[in-house]
Amino acid sequence: MGNAWIAREISLSARIVFPNKILPYLLVAPQLAITLVFFYWPAGQALYQSMLRQDPFGLKSRFVWFANFRKVLADPAYLNSIKVTVVFSLATAIVAMVVALLLAVMAEKAVRGKGLYRTLLIWPYAVAPAIAGMLWLFLFNPSIGSLAYLLRSLGIAWDPLLNGTHAMILLVSAAAWKQISYNFLFFVAGLQAVPKTLIEAAAMDGAGETKRFWTIVFPLLAPTTFFLLVVNTVYALFDTFGIVHAVTGGGPGKTTETLVYKVYNDGFVNLILGDSAAQSVILMAIVIALTAIQFRYVERKVHYG
Amino acid sequence: MKFFGFAAGIAATLTLLSTTSAFAVTQISWWHAMTGANAEVVAKISKDFNASQSDYELVPVFKGTYPETLNAGIAAFRAGQAPDILQVFDVGTGVMMAAEGAIKPVADVMTGAGMTFDKSQYLPGIVGYYSKPDGTMLSFPYNSSSPILYYNKDIFQKAGLDANNPPKTWNEVWEAAKKIKTSGAASCGYTSTWLTWIHLENFAAWNDVPWATQQNGLAGGDVELKINAPIFVNHFKALADLAKDGTFKYGGRTSEAKQIFLAGECGIFTESSGGLGDIVKSGMNYGIGQLPYDSDAKGAPQNTTPGGASLWVFGNKSDEEYKGVAAFFAYLSKTDVQEYLHQKSGYLPVTLAAYEATKKSGFYDKNPGRETPILQMTGKSPTDNSKGVRLPNLPQVRDIQNEELEKMLAGQQTAQQALDNAVARGNAAIKEALDN
Repeated sequence: MGNAWIAREISLSARIVFPNKILPYLLVAPQLAITLVFFYWPAGQALYQSMLRQDPFGLKSRFVWFANFRKVLADPAYLNSIKVTVVFSLATAIVAMVVALLLAVMAEKAVRGKGLYRTLLIWPYAVAPAIAGMLWLFLFNPSIGSLAYLLRSLGIAWDPLLNGTHAMILLVSAAAWKQISYNFLFFVAGLQAVPKTLIEAAAMDGAGETKRFWTIVFPLLAPTTFFLLVVNTVYALFDTFGIVHAVTGGGPGKTTETLVYKVYNDGFVNLILGDSAAQSVILMAIVIALTAIQFRYVERKVHYG
Repeated sequence: MKFFGFAAGIAATLTLLSTTSAFAVTQISWWHAMTGANAEVVAKISKDFNASQSDYELVPVFKGTYPETLNAGIAAFRAGQAPDILQVFDVGTGVMMAAEGAIKPVADVMTGAGMTFDKSQYLPGIVGYYSKPDGTMLSFPYNSSSPILYYNKDIFQKAGLDANNPPKTWNEVWEAAKKIKTSGAASCGYTSTWLTWIHLENFAAWNDVPWATQQNGLAGGDVELKINAPIFVNHFKALADLAKDGTFKYGGRTSEAKQIFLAGECGIFTESSGGLGDIVKSGMNYGIGQLPYDSDAKGAPQNTTPGGASLWVFGNKSDEEYKGVAAFFAYLSKTDVQEYLHQKSGYLPVTLAAYEATKKSGFYDKNPGRETPILQMTGKSPTDNSKGVRLPNLPQVRDIQNEELEKMLAGQQTAQQALDNAVARGNAAIKEALDN
């Protein structure tokens, strides 16, 4: 996101010319060095590893070209985890955004204690994913969870350990809960940017609260919404490993095994390094594609107030 | 590699940090995965060893769960920063054995340090499991366990069951579980940790039926799983039926179910003998029984197989370090140390002398049931079906089994389908792993 901002800022401002030929390179050198060490080098390693077949200790290895990719893409478990990832990411993004928008609208309406509400609603963002996962796990653990007890007493046979749908609901709740604060922040900013005059004019014309929201506020929030959709999807795709690891571990069966989790499971639990590396290369391709889409379309169309 | 590089970096930093403070004494690093009551045992043993001599300092480092510890060790090895000693769980034994260039057999470590190593002093069932087919002992059995049956005596009394007579066969377990549930003594009758280890691997050994071909993989070569034989199918059919109304409650793939039992939700529980420490700590009025067997099995009960973990020594270390490791293993083998480990944690003593000493001290008379795991493992000399199981990719095969069993318990497939799938997928994964 940071890069996108900078790119936009630069393209908007007038062309800057540096008289010194070396200084600009020196200035970007630290950033380049970091990118080289933390991205290009490991990415290159992953690429190389993805074409190897190796025992866990690295004592024997064999170069197999694209055999690992063929194997991964033909694996029904991998196709299943793509499906799981799509369902999980969309559900998480939608839930996180809908709830955040609702909360933002409500917090804006509050006359007193606006700041307090906002602060409280932003707090969960500071919670680490694994801890968020544990929190939800404790609440909904079928044996010791207090909310699970409540669900059971309502006659719902709550069992995320065996019921894949329940496990997915639990996972989406935990992941979305953590992201709501972030979305809330952006929606509040977006709402504040909506001109009061428009709303007041509509009110005078007799438009009710609901009508005002859907015809004025919501369309004007579109850029924020679009931006958040991309950010949330990326978050759900790549940033939720800790939650999956803590809450379900990919189970029951393989019903909550996301792409990222499968990379970990195949690499670290099953010790099949070639497959795992091939999967992380595929993930890298997905991230690059998503970033490109964001740059090409989203950044252009989104109008920041 | 990306992840391994990172993990190895951290490992390297830690190692550097820990070695800078060493001047006079040789530090021996020991990465382990022990938590709770068992972590206290590690701390005490290390402290006592360091106090007993002045040449070496043993530094135990907790590395997370069993799989995490194994991975940390592998990553550190790849980065050239392996610890001296790594605790590896039973399932990882095949992985370590396949890495001959990375490890130094314990037998060589001991003789290299000028110590005589007498294998006959150790419990044969355990030593056999951690040895090469030619008899060379590869790793030191630190914590060996065996699955046993625990039951809540208060719940048994409430349900009108004999609290001094735990069920002996699986059919008796099912009946008792139903009675606990229907009488309202508890909300669930039976739960179990580690379905793969207890209900597949040990179920096979205890009932003397093959889990896989090639002596369950110990004889090496092309291994095929045999866990869809009728005796397994019937067993899991019964379990799946009990799961329908909650008479059997599933807790998770590893030891999560312990919480359910400790909370008093279920009356009967199968779990590693190493789980005893936490049950004693909870103050529950518990009883211990043998692992149940299948009343239709001819040879049952045969013997159970060792679980738990052993200590592996990495290769390419200095002679000084190996001497220190050997000194530590010699210390660990001492009768009083083994007695302490056994009585405190519920793990098995690994030397015969420690077992005899514990027996003589009257510990078993005061704590009936504590001898059960030892008797289970040593009662009969093992057959081809009961020496243990070994695969180069056992963690993966267990994962597959867990997935299929979970689908069965959720009612999505029958026991026959679950086990057929587990065999087909497992065999394919084994072939793949051997091809590496």
